[in-house]
Amino acid sequence: MPAAGRAPDAPGERVISTVLDPAVLTPLVVHTEAWINFDVGLLIDRFWANTINGLAYGSIYALVALGYTLVYGVLQLINFAHSEIFVIGVFGVYLTFLGLGFEPGALPNLPLAAIILDLLLAGVVAMVVAGLAAVGLERVAYRPLRRRNAPRLAFLITAIGASFAIQQVIRIVRGSNPEGTIRLLPPSPAFTVFGAPVTNLQIVIILASIAMFIVADQFVNRSRLGRGIRAVAQDPATATLMGVNRERVIMITFLVGGVLAGAAALFYLMTIPQGAVYNGGFLLGIKAFTAAVLGGIGNLRGALLGGLILGVAENYGQSLFGGDWRDVVAFVLLVLVLMFRPTGILGESLARSRA
Amino acid sequence: MTTMLELDDVHVAYGRIQALRGISLRVEVGQIVALIGANGAGKTTTMKAISGILGLQSGSMRFEGEDLTAIRADLRVGKGISQVPEGRGIFPGMTVAENIDMGAYLRSDRRSPEFAADLERVYELFPRLAERRSQAGGTLSGGEQQMLAMGRALMARPRLLLLDEPSMGLAPQFIAQIFRVIEEINAQGTTVLLVEQNATQALGLAHEAYVMETGEVTRSGTGAELLADPTIQDAYLGVS
Repeated sequence: MPAAGRAPDAPGERVISTVLDPAVLTPLVVHTEAWINFDVGLLIDRFWANTINGLAYGSIYALVALGYTLVYGVLQLINFAHSEIFVIGVFGVYLTFLGLGFEPGALPNLPLAAIILDLLLAGVVAMVVAGLAAVGLERVAYRPLRRRNAPRLAFLITAIGASFAIQQVIRIVRGSNPEGTIRLLPPSPAFTVFGAPVTNLQIVIILASIAMFIVADQFVNRSRLGRGIRAVAQDPATATLMGVNRERVIMITFLVGGVLAGAAALFYLMTIPQGAVYNGGFLLGIKAFTAAVLGGIGNLRGALLGGLILGVAENYGQSLFGGDWRDVVAFVLLVLVLMFRPTGILGESLARSRA
Repeated sequence: MTTMLELDDVHVAYGRIQALRGISLRVEVGQIVALIGANGAGKTTTMKAISGILGLQSGSMRFEGEDLTAIRADLRVGKGISQVPEGRGIFPGMTVAENIDMGAYLRSDRRSPEFAADLERVYELFPRLAERRSQAGGTLSGGEQQMLAMGRALMARPRLLLLDEPSMGLAPQFIAQIFRVIEEINAQGTTVLLVEQNATQALGLAHEAYVMETGEVTRSGTGAELLADPTIQDAYLGVS
C-alpha cells in the first residue's frame, strides 16, 4: 500500500496537482483502476514495440542531451536554458509548417516527395533558428558573466533565469495554449521486428538521429575545430597557449548544441504533433539532461547511450507499472545511476575521454 | 646583438596580491636566459604574463620590437612564442600524436614537407614519444609528459621557447636528458627563456640569468658570474 503522498479517502480516483503545467490551473481528476500495476505479461507482450518506441524517443533525448553535454564539457555549466532552445526549434518547425500553408487539423493532400521536402525545410529552419538562438543566449547571458569572472553559481542562476525568460517571451507571443495539431506525415507501419510494427516515422527518426550523432562525434574528434573544443574542455589555459580561441570554441559549442536541438525539435513535432507549446521544453529538457547524466555528462557517446537507455527504460516501465509511472521510472533510473555510478554509465567526461 | 624580448617595469597582480612589482628583463636573439628564484618569487607569473594568460597592470612588453600587450593571448603563439607551462599542460584525453598536433594548431601547412620534417625532428629528439604515439597523454610518466610538452611546443616553430620548470619532479636521468635537449634546441637557433628551481643546472646552461625575489629582479648577470657568486651559492645552489 502506498504511504505518503496519497489521499487516503480517495479510493479509485485521485487528484493530481499540475505543478508542472501552469497553463492548466484546474486540478485534474484522473480515474485509475489500480494505483500501481506489476504487469510482467504486458511487458513481455510489448517488449519489441516498447524497444522500438523507446529508441525513437530516446534518439530525441539524445540529440538534446548532446547540447547539455557539449556545453558542460567546455564550460562546466549546466545550460538549463537549453530546453528553451529546443522549444524555439519546435516553434521554428511549427511556424514553417504554417508558412508553407499547412493548417491545423487537416491532413495535407500532397505527394510524398513534397511532404519530405517540406519536412526537410522545416528541419533546416529549426536548426538555423535554434543554433542562432543558442549563440545569442551565450552572448547575452553567459559571456558578460565570464568577462567579470563571475562565480559558478551566478552562471547557474542566470541559466535558470534565461530559461524562464525565453519561455515567457514565447508565451506572450504565441499564447499559453498548445498550437493546433499539424501532422504532415501520419505514422504507418513500414515493417515489423519480431512481430512489432516499426513505423516510417520511427525508423526515420532513429536513423537520422544516429547519423547526426556520428557527424557531431566525428566533428569533435577529427576536425581541427573539434580538437580545439576538446583542448578547451581538457585544459583551457594550455589550449590558449596552443592558439585556440576559447571564446570562439564556446560559440561553436553552443551553435552545435542548438543545431542538434533544432533537429530534435523536428523529430519531436513529427512524433507529437500537438507538442508545440511554450512550456513544452520543461519535461523533455529534464529528460535530456537526465540522459546526459545517465551516460556520463561531458561525454558525447554517453549522451547517445543515456538517451537511448532512458527512452527504452521508460517505455518498459510504462508497460510494467502503468502509464502514470513513465516519468517516475525515468527519474528513479537517474537516482539509481547517481547512487551507484555517480559519473554515469560511460563515466568519463569529454575532458578525459579518449578520441 | 638584437633584442628578442624586452620587459620593462612590468607589474602583475592576482586580485589584491601583487605578484610582480616592476620586472625588467631582456632576452637577446639566440640566447638561453634563465630565471631563477625561490617558490613564489614570481617566475611563473612572469611566464604567464609573456604568454598572455595573465594581463599586465602596468609596464611594457615588446617582442621583436612589437608591443606584445596588444596581441591576444591565443595569437601570441602565431607570433613565434611557444610556452611549455608549469605542470606541462598535457591534454590527458588526447593521444601523444594528437597532443603534438595541438602544438601546430594555428599552422596551415599540414601537408607540406616542412611540417613532416618538424614532426620527424620532434620524434628524433624524443624517440620515446614515437613509441607511445597512440597512447593517451594522461597515461605517460612525468618525464615523458615533459618531453611531450616540449615536442608539442616545437611544432609551433617558435623563435622564442618559454620553459617553465622543465625539470620539476623528474628522475635524474630525465633531467639530464631534458637539459641536453634544451641546449640542442638552442643550438638549432631557438631562443630560450628558462624558469628553474634547479639553479645549478640552469645557470650552467644559461648565457644570461636573472634572480627573482618576491616579485622583483634582485640580481642579473651571465650564467657563469651568478654561478660563481657566493651569495647566490648560499641562497639558491645549496652550497655552504
